[in-house]
Amino acid sequence: MFGIIKVRIMQGDQAIPDVKKAVLNPAFRGFPVISPGCGRLSFDADKICPTGALKNDPVSIDMGKCVFCGECGRACKNAEIEMSYCHHISADSREKLIIKPGDKYLEFEDAAVMARAEIKRLFGRSLKLRQVSAGGCNGCEMELNACTNVNFDMGRFGIDFVASPRHADGIVITGPVTKNMAPALEDTYKAIASPKIIIAAGTCAISGGIFKDSEELDRSFFDRHKVDLYVPGCQVHPLTFVNGVLRFLGHK
Amino acid sequence: MNFLRIKSQAAVKRELIPDIAPEKLSAETALMCNEGKRIVSLFGSREDAGVRVYSVLADDEASSLYVSSALVKEGGTYPSITSRLFSAQLFEREIHEEFGIIPEGHPWLKPVRYPGHAADKNLKMEEYPFFIMEGNQVHEVAVGPVHAGVIEPGHFRFMCTGEKVHHLEIQLGYQHRGVEKLMKEKDSVFLSESTAGDTVIGHSLAYCRAKEALSGTEVSDSAEAVRAVMLELERAGVHLGDLSALAGDIAYLPGNAVFGAIRTMIINTSLAICGSRFGRGIIRPGGVVFGIDGDLQEQVNNTLDEYEKKIDLTCSVMFEASSVLSRMQTTGVVDKKTAEEIGMTGMAARASGYEVDCRADHPFGAYTHVPVYKRGMKNGDVFARAYLRYVEIKQSFKLIRELMDYNRNINLMADMKPQQPSMFVVSLTEGWRGEISHCVMTDKEGKIERYKIKDPSFNNWPALALAVRGNGISDFPLCNKSFNLSYCGFDL
Ligand code: SF4
Repeated sequence: MFGIIKVRIMQGDQAIPDVKKAVLNPAFRGFPVISPGCGRLSFDADKICPTGALKNDPVSIDMGKCVFCGECGRACKNAEIEMSYCHHISADSREKLIIKPGDKYLEFEDAAVMARAEIKRLFGRSLKLRQVSAGGCNGCEMELNACTNVNFDMGRFGIDFVASPRHADGIVITGPVTKNMAPALEDTYKAIASPKIIIAAGTCAISGGIFKDSEELDRSFFDRHKVDLYVPGCQVHPLTFVNGVLRFLGHK
Repeated sequence: MNFLRIKSQAAVKRELIPDIAPEKLSAETALMCNEGKRIVSLFGSREDAGVRVYSVLADDEASSLYVSSALVKEGGTYPSITSRLFSAQLFEREIHEEFGIIPEGHPWLKPVRYPGHAADKNLKMEEYPFFIMEGNQVHEVAVGPVHAGVIEPGHFRFMCTGEKVHHLEIQLGYQHRGVEKLMKEKDSVFLSESTAGDTVIGHSLAYCRAKEALSGTEVSDSAEAVRAVMLELERAGVHLGDLSALAGDIAYLPGNAVFGAIRTMIINTSLAICGSRFGRGIIRPGGVVFGIDGDLQEQVNNTLDEYEKKIDLTCSVMFEASSVLSRMQTTGVVDKKTAEEIGMTGMAARASGYEVDCRADHPFGAYTHVPVYKRGMKNGDVFARAYLRYVEIKQSFKLIRELMDYNRNINLMADMKPQQPSMFVVSLTEGWRGEISHCVMTDKEGKIERYKIKDPSFNNWPALALAVRGNGISDFPLCNKSFNLSYCGFDL
């Protein structure tokens, strides 16, 4: 008994007090900053970038394809590209994830996720999510789990993962969607009562990521259903996920 | 014996690998293993004339590996090894599924992951031929592929009477992404980082060391030290997460919260070093992208000192609580004999008293300077797997402190030399789960011809199925967590 009390006192309060304002270690690779007027890169983008996220002439980086490896930044002679440690990189449309020369983080963040009145009304105080891993390597899955731990504690906003799709208001998809998982993904989505939302978490889910050319994928789910929120990352950082969802629900 | 003796992470010319008759390969593999060696990998590779089966065995005491091969013609048969050596069963099923050749006499020739099964293209995931138990009181419980928590998918089929589990069959393959095939096409470190997301360092290290062996590139001691630090941080981080989850599964909430929070600090240390909580972006062919400089080194050491005390305190309280012991002790037992027979690996094997650890048996990189003494337990129950995690976390912390002495922060990245043509290499790494093996062959131009990955989960999934026999079905989550196996690592 005394032991447990000692442990409890040692533990103290581990929760991040304000997850919206929390800042990550500068080593983190998040929002890519491309210097304004950067026309052509001094290297072959296709050789350096493993997923085709980086385009040359005109230069752009698609965060939906990017695995945030930082190779492009290192290949730059004049620091045309730098991966900043800014992590509020979720967006409500695929186009918004494409970053161009001169794009500024604060402007991106402001416009990236627009809260819809309907969503705010329905799910603003309570959002229950069913997670489906469809070929996810367990990186994003572990980080989504971390969202509920004592540090990130997204339950405090009424956001939770639930076991049954019948209890859920939406689905969070991770992984590039393998052929073998495609039917189960569709079934799980169907089992959720409408109205419902779809969140694609992680680069694999958004674009197939590093696996995009594999014959073993079946991404037709995304042809049939519209994604409401894209959360980039490889793996997704818990704070990227929590803040993306909070914005989506209309928290400022 | 017609086997070539090699070392882990030393490339040899492919022409030196013996080419023997399939019957001989089967007989000698079984014989050598019955005399104390063990299977590292058994895999096929397509050639013009058919499928070449490679057998890679380990002699742990002598730090040696043995390799031999046999050609089986397209659609042909060969005498199964499994009938004489149980640990070959899953490997032979995999070869059958991928190439259609038949190991004759295999007692359990079931699908492994159905990636367009070579022997029968019409097989479907939902028609898996489950073992059926019959009887008045027998009932089946089917779980998955989508599970209750935020985890990877797989299907579990329990055959029970009442609460008691008699047999569990695990159907995997849902996560199959075609990693090995992509590896051949792209030869990319990024694929190795995403082979299993909780073993980023383990797999990327196995990949890079294979590439370095194939090209004869030397990596500096500093870089190897940083790599080993990352590998140990990965081990400690995952073990802490598992202790947290195990405590959660038995509703011991202090353990759940405290270990979870400490894990955050450890993986945030990885982030401070390389920008990723799970170690992405640091291990590259030729060395490491990030060093650990003086300030960072101090920060790492301080973190370890501070949290080791907290881990000690929490473990001393948790592993004395009778409510914890009553759930963990004698639950999910795998005895040593079974562990050896089915070819278990890593921490789970050591918890059963079967002490295999490539850091000690086949030292690589910095472990050639900083020796690892194998740690084990005897009972092979959930408690042993939980407690051994605690022991290994402390061991990792100690290793990290020692490794820092070799970290001079210089020459972190060597230039890669061209990959040699027609070579073969086996690259072993002790990931947090156990032995990771990457067997790689180059073609006449030095490009990858065959890339065979074996995650420790491949060895240990059958162990989970055996561990739950005779246990109450409600103890399954606890047993499962005590192994914490990878679906992706298995499905590839
Ligand atoms: S950081 Fe993103 S854009 Fe740059 S090389 Fe890596 S994947 Fe490509």
